[in-house]
Amino acid sequence: MSHVLPPAEGINLPGLLLVFAVLLPILGLIAMLGLRALHPERVARVVAPLGLLLACAILAEVWEGRSAIDYTLGGWAPPLGLKLRADGVSAVMLVLAALVIGAAALFSQHQFRTPPDAPGDTRAPFAFWSMLMAMWSALNLVFVGEDLFNFFVALELLTFSAVTLVCLDGRATTLHAALRYLLFALLGSVLYLLGVGLIYGRYGVLDLALLSELAQPGPITLAAVAMMTVGLMAKASLFPLHLWLPPAHAGAPPAASAVLSALVVKAPFFLILRLWFELLPAPYSPLAGQLLAALGAAAILMCSVVALGQSRLKLMIAYSTVAQIGYLFLVFTLTAGPAPFAGLGWTGGVLQLLSHALAKASMFLAAGLIAEDMGHDRIADFSGLARRQPLAIFAFGLAGLSLMGLPPSGGFVAKLMLLSAAAASGQWWIAAVILAGGVLAAGYVFRVIGAAMKDRDGEAAQPAATLPATGRHALVLALALLALALGFVPLQPLALFAIGRGELAQGQP
Amino acid sequence: MTHSLVSAATLLGLCACGMVGIGLYGLIVRPDALRKLLSFNILGSGVFLLFGVIGRRGAAAGLEGDPVPQAIVITGIVVAFSATALAATLLVKISDAENALPDAGREEDEA
Repeated sequence: MSHVLPPAEGINLPGLLLVFAVLLPILGLIAMLGLRALHPERVARVVAPLGLLLACAILAEVWEGRSAIDYTLGGWAPPLGLKLRADGVSAVMLVLAALVIGAAALFSQHQFRTPPDAPGDTRAPFAFWSMLMAMWSALNLVFVGEDLFNFFVALELLTFSAVTLVCLDGRATTLHAALRYLLFALLGSVLYLLGVGLIYGRYGVLDLALLSELAQPGPITLAAVAMMTVGLMAKASLFPLHLWLPPAHAGAPPAASAVLSALVVKAPFFLILRLWFELLPAPYSPLAGQLLAALGAAAILMCSVVALGQSRLKLMIAYSTVAQIGYLFLVFTLTAGPAPFAGLGWTGGVLQLLSHALAKASMFLAAGLIAEDMGHDRIADFSGLARRQPLAIFAFGLAGLSLMGLPPSGGFVAKLMLLSAAAASGQWWIAAVILAGGVLAAGYVFRVIGAAMKDRDGEAAQPAATLPATGRHALVLALALLALALGFVPLQPLALFAIGRGELAQGQP
Repeated sequence: MTHSLVSAATLLGLCACGMVGIGLYGLIVRPDALRKLLSFNILGSGVFLLFGVIGRRGAAAGLEGDPVPQAIVITGIVVAFSATALAATLLVKISDAENALPDAGREEDEA
């Protein structure tokens, strides 16, 4: 057992960055808990930029070194200890999380401000800020983890903080939504834990890197991965386990909805990706991949149609989230194609994740601005909105480009890559679904914009009463522009996403 | 080593399977949130029992009792307890909110 002895090398500085990525939000949380005189929103104002800096440093380090960063906690190597690891995709996810959470924190500075003279209701602001920090730490832990049980703990932390954010306003409707979310998530986590138990019973290790060497195709491994996948599907709200998502995401405060839709449902997907491409001995059964892709396709078609019929803006955006998550699950059959196109499918999937996260965060925040101004979010009553809130509607439209997959946007590049991978591997039904999903997305985005462009009766002659643009409008627009900027990445498998991924590095330019 | 028909570990493993089955059934079929929560706890206990069996069989190092599954069960119990507490709090809050405003949130009860 000589390999479990602590290594005798010096301090691993890049590795420590990973530790700080997980610890920094927790430190923020402790500061919020311990020093109530420091208002939590001020702590968040300090922690958010630091976290972004940290995430960018990790990304730069991975990019410079062209290899994954490893950190062995306490010097105890894996079979006994835990390892943290950031490869290309993890580093990008860390930056994405920091960006979206930073935007949510800036956006909510006013809404969740602690009342200046203490006796006011400080419970809601405190709950919002502390849960945001807890969620950030859990997300980072999912992105840099390597140990299957560690993932379970991170996912639970994520769920608990997310459920609290959903029912922050304490109305019966949102409490019901939160409870339903919690029950779905608990079913998911217990199935995941069952899978972890089977894996441990079979191989005696829980570290993903070790497992990828040991794993044999066999009934136990397949059953375990199947259960873990279904459990994570419930947490990622893949059709038909998506029923909890629309009420939960529509009832949360805007900044919380943005984080939930952009990041929280992506973390379990990220884990499924790791399980399938690292744990499962390659090549996995094409039938299983096609089953996941078929569920994804059903999500795209069904939930886009349901989104078209929604009368409330936030519910419509939430259904659109379920539809867009469907695209992510197409990856599992697209990476089975011939070599260069497998890499294309992989890159397209990751890009879809990134562009949807940015676009959806922008949309939910824009919906927050609109609801704050109008006092409601009924799409039918949006007439005159484009005059009052031109920037919010503009940002909503730009983000919509990404969802539809129109150029130039991140969604366009992602969907084009998925489309090429589908065509190259001869899976025409997927290509058809991707195209139909784009048309349906155009339908629901233009419905909102069309309603907002209408003038209120007899108001056309009056000068436009445009509300002054605020920093929050700039923030929403910046997120939408970031999603747009992703459209300028080259149309080929990105080397960044292949760093530290061994076999998936196939199809390098 | 006993030479009885089934070893204790196998028997407990079958019990664990039964509990997982009962819990899963209740969680999916029962419409009532409190019963769902109790079913989740039965399901969770089944999984923890399974971890005990795995530890007993000494998967990792051929030990008499593998400590890793025990550590996992302890953490798992803490997590399941927190989840139950959170869900119970939500249930209490829901009944409070509905008693205060009998008609609020009625339409969301279904589905």
